[in-house]
Amino acid sequence: MYQAKIYVTLKESVLDPQGKTVKNALESLSFKDVASVRQGKYFVIKLDLDDEEGASKEIEEICRKLLVNTVIETYKFDIEKI
Amino acid sequence: MKFGVVVFPGSNCNEDCYWALKNDIGVDVRYIWHKSTEIDDLDAIVLPGGFSYGDYLRVGSIARFSPVMNSVIDFAKKGKLVIGICNGFQILLEAGLLPGAMLKNKHLSFICKYVSLKVENSSTPFTIETKDHNTLNIPIAHGEGNYYIDNNGLDELKKNNQIVFKYSNKDGKTDDNTNPNGSVENIAGICNKEKNVLGMMPHPERCCNANLGSVDGQSIFLSMKNFIKQN
Repeated sequence: MYQAKIYVTLKESVLDPQGKTVKNALESLSFKDVASVRQGKYFVIKLDLDDEEGASKEIEEICRKLLVNTVIETYKFDIEKI
Repeated sequence: MKFGVVVFPGSNCNEDCYWALKNDIGVDVRYIWHKSTEIDDLDAIVLPGGFSYGDYLRVGSIARFSPVMNSVIDFAKKGKLVIGICNGFQILLEAGLLPGAMLKNKHLSFICKYVSLKVENSSTPFTIETKDHNTLNIPIAHGEGNYYIDNNGLDELKKNNQIVFKYSNKDGKTDDNTNPNGSVENIAGICNKEKNVLGMMPHPERCCNANLGSVDGQSIFLSMKNFIKQN
């Protein structure tokens, strides 16, 4: 079995209103060193597959078909045998 | 002539659309459950507002894979009229029937109020009856109506006259002060290149009866009705 940890974030070129609001909140809490905040989504998916290449391909397809809107978002994932 | 209103789990403007089309516009209308794929009897389809699938993952992203959507895509490819309102617009974006994507409103709050809309293109099947209006007075109600498209996409929209509505003041002036949600260039509604698919964040079905404060929404549905009649 393989497990993928998938991170989905807005593209750098896209304004992230939530990240910006979190940054403002951190500033008001006196965290003056915070240069920027980008908020995203995190998924953990387990696959009943025994080959890493196949699992990786399937996760790629899952991302592109449903988890990620590539117009505004970008993604990366780590995959490991469990 | 018959209109169909799609009902997804979590749609909540379907009854308003049905009522407005039947009673204020005077066309036959029926609901289409999202699992149904039989829509050949229809002349136009409405994807109504609401919170389909609880807005989980991304707005419209799950509804886009409902069985009815493949039929809606075929229907649109045949050149028939499809209008997506609010969540319906978001679903059309996710389905790839319209370009771009929705982000959370710039100031994150859910906005529910009347806005003025400037009609940028009054020769689409959805706007031919808006010519007498300087601007349309129509309510918005959304948390994610901040329309995003990259610069190349925006150039394409402009080149093909696909920008249909912009948020404006009563005189049709569009600037940052009249932009409620941060949308690129105040965009409130766009159509596809072929002009038979429209997505708009404001709710025309909520202002088709004088008792509700405005009848400007009628002009959009009447445009569709008259377009279908003439074609």
